[in-house]
Amino acid sequence: MKRRAFIKGTLATGIATGAAIIAPNALAKWSKETFESKGLEDTMKAMGAEAAEVSTDIKIKAPEIAENGSVVPITVTSDIAGTESISILVSNNSTPLTATYHLGEGVVPAVKSRVKMGKSSDVIAVVKAGDKVYKNHVAVKVTKGGCGG
Amino acid sequence: MSSIKLRTKVKGDLVEVKSLIKHPMETGLRKDKKTKEKIPAHFIQEVIVEANGKQVLSADWNTSISKNPYLSFSYKGKAGDKVKLTWTDNKGETDSAEVEVK
Repeated sequence: MKRRAFIKGTLATGIATGAAIIAPNALAKWSKETFESKGLEDTMKAMGAEAAEVSTDIKIKAPEIAENGSVVPITVTSDIAGTESISILVSNNSTPLTATYHLGEGVVPAVKSRVKMGKSSDVIAVVKAGDKVYKNHVAVKVTKGGCGG
Repeated sequence: MSSIKLRTKVKGDLVEVKSLIKHPMETGLRKDKKTKEKIPAHFIQEVIVEANGKQVLSADWNTSISKNPYLSFSYKGKAGDKVKLTWTDNKGETDSAEVEVK
């Protein structure tokens, strides 16, 4: 009995302290404003990317037709020197920004992840390098939407 | 059971990191079919990957990242590096995993 109570106690404190240390830090960095922006234009503005130049040095690998919109594999590669971050947006999702990847030193500017798409849409990649912002896009057709609702 | 599957592979002077995280990634838009009530959003917001204690990649995620998220990238590294991945979700839940690059 004692042992069980002890384990319960440690678990609870462990979780509580863990959350206390990590949560404020994570939430400070995670930008509610940009992630909850609706519509492509507002999101690009919130990201400070409304004046992004189109660059063919950003390569987006995505299926032309995605049968299942809930899992669409996207690979973004940037050949732009000094790439600091890569963001992936889906223009027709209610909140277009899906992810931003901040690259540390020595990281190859290429990320692969899987996103949800509500319907056929452009997939846009935004790359920040120094004080410049670049973008590129590809169209993806979705046969079955993946946002639920 | 850890929620994280973390694999690394040396490719020349690069280390490829591949990860699969078990997480529902609820958008907050879906409705429970029986009760017709909205299922609250529950999703990973931040993922941090460190190599030998130094941050190599941090990712900010939205609800639109697929359920059981997959992530892969490469960094300049070598065998023996210790790669650690930590995620935190919007409820403050967190988990981490560490592997040694072979």
